[in-house]
Amino acid sequence: MTLALAIDAGLAVLVLAVATWTIAVRKTFAAVVGFVSYGLLLALVWVRLLAVDVALTEAAIGSGVTGVLLLAAAARLRPTEKGAAAEQPGAALCFVTAILSAVVSAGLAALVLLPTNPAPTLAQAAVANLPATGLGNSVTAVLLAYRAWDTLLEKVVLVLALLGVWSLAPDALWGGRPGPRYPAQRDGALVFLAQLLPPVGIVVGIYMLWVGANEPGGAFQGSTILAAMWILVVMAGLGDAPPVGRRWLRLVLVAGPMVFLAVGLSGFAIAEAFLAYPVGYAKPLIILIEVPLTLSIAATLGLLVAGPPERAE
Amino acid sequence: MSLALDIFTVVAISVGAFFFLAGTVGLLRFPDALTRLHALTKADNLGLGLVVLGLLPQAAGLPGALKLVSIWLLAQLAGATVAQLIARAVRPGGPQA
Amino acid sequence: MTEFLLAAAGFVLAMVALGLVRILRGPADADRLMAAQLLGTGGVAALLLLASSSRIPAIVDVALALVLLAAFASVAFVMSASRESMDGSEPMDGG
Repeated sequence: MTLALAIDAGLAVLVLAVATWTIAVRKTFAAVVGFVSYGLLLALVWVRLLAVDVALTEAAIGSGVTGVLLLAAAARLRPTEKGAAAEQPGAALCFVTAILSAVVSAGLAALVLLPTNPAPTLAQAAVANLPATGLGNSVTAVLLAYRAWDTLLEKVVLVLALLGVWSLAPDALWGGRPGPRYPAQRDGALVFLAQLLPPVGIVVGIYMLWVGANEPGGAFQGSTILAAMWILVVMAGLGDAPPVGRRWLRLVLVAGPMVFLAVGLSGFAIAEAFLAYPVGYAKPLIILIEVPLTLSIAATLGLLVAGPPERAE
Repeated sequence: MSLALDIFTVVAISVGAFFFLAGTVGLLRFPDALTRLHALTKADNLGLGLVVLGLLPQAAGLPGALKLVSIWLLAQLAGATVAQLIARAVRPGGPQA
Repeated sequence: MTEFLLAAAGFVLAMVALGLVRILRGPADADRLMAAQLLGTGGVAALLLLASSSRIPAIVDVALALVLLAAFASVAFVMSASRESMDGSEPMDGG
């Protein structure tokens, strides 16, 4: 057994063990800790599979932001946890679900491990057309050039999800401030961290956006780091979530998809089709799309974590 | 020169790995949460520092080396403050409680 | 050198695995708070060693993101856990 295989096998066993523990443990907080650990370990797995863009996204979204989202949800559910215990699924249902999940996993594994010959892939075509887009990273090229339409729709879906979260607010509080007011911490340590880390995080987020053109990275990963830094500032009591009725906030939220849509529509005029880029102008247009997109996604993710408005303005 | 750098890398990373081992042994054997926290944040951070030190000669030029050092500095900052926060959460009354 | 770096990465990952088992098992919430911190140092060290052994500098960027997000996750855990204990629902150290 080679060294690399041993490491990969150990990593796989560890991921499975943490996942099983996360499902089996009773306390919600422990389950969220398990989930975040599982996400961070999964990022390591993606690195071993040489999918570095996916690893970045997994570490950022899959564990960081989603973990905080789950913690906030668990906190909101705590008053009703005793009552909900009566509705826990019985052993038979759990068993059937486990069998079905195992069947699906086995099916996916079979698809991957028993390849048709040659395995269908567009990877060569994607890489071969990179020079026309002016990009060096094929993942970014897929997201913002070959399948830009999908990316545009995904960003619109994000804004719609935020609207869904806001709709949970009571009528009287529509347009109010989301989330609880975190008191300014007595703890010098947290204030210290929240003053020192966010500037670094902002630089790293912008760096991720910029480097995504040629190396793994991109708008989504950069914006997740920006969102995480903003949530940190709010948690330390150094800042407060803005009221969601503010015009400037709503403008920031839609700026990304709107610029994306505008560039797409201009494709009718300056190139042949919707979301087509004229030859030689692909990269500047992609950067023009990515910058407001990063701000919008960062704001959307931060507000998604903050939750529905809970306080009047 | 390159051989000397390689030997330096091997030595530094080996010592770093030893500190990771020490931290994990402490994590497994210490009696309560605060001492385990101590083992984790002190020994593992030192292990990371030595690993970064060992990887500096192998880094891709000056920007690569600077990135490694900044990762270590961030880990130090995060480790120091998070250790304080966790300790305060475990024992809100302070050292005498 | 490549083999040595890969072996070192594997060793650090084994240490992280052992530590994670102990931390997640820890009977009280206080122990579990440290999970993100463990992955933020051990996981980062493993990633840096993997980046060097596979000669893919982009993995260092993953380590950079991991450091920031592990710190962020640790703060979130602590805030959530201490709010939970202030509600009076569970003492933090399990007794």
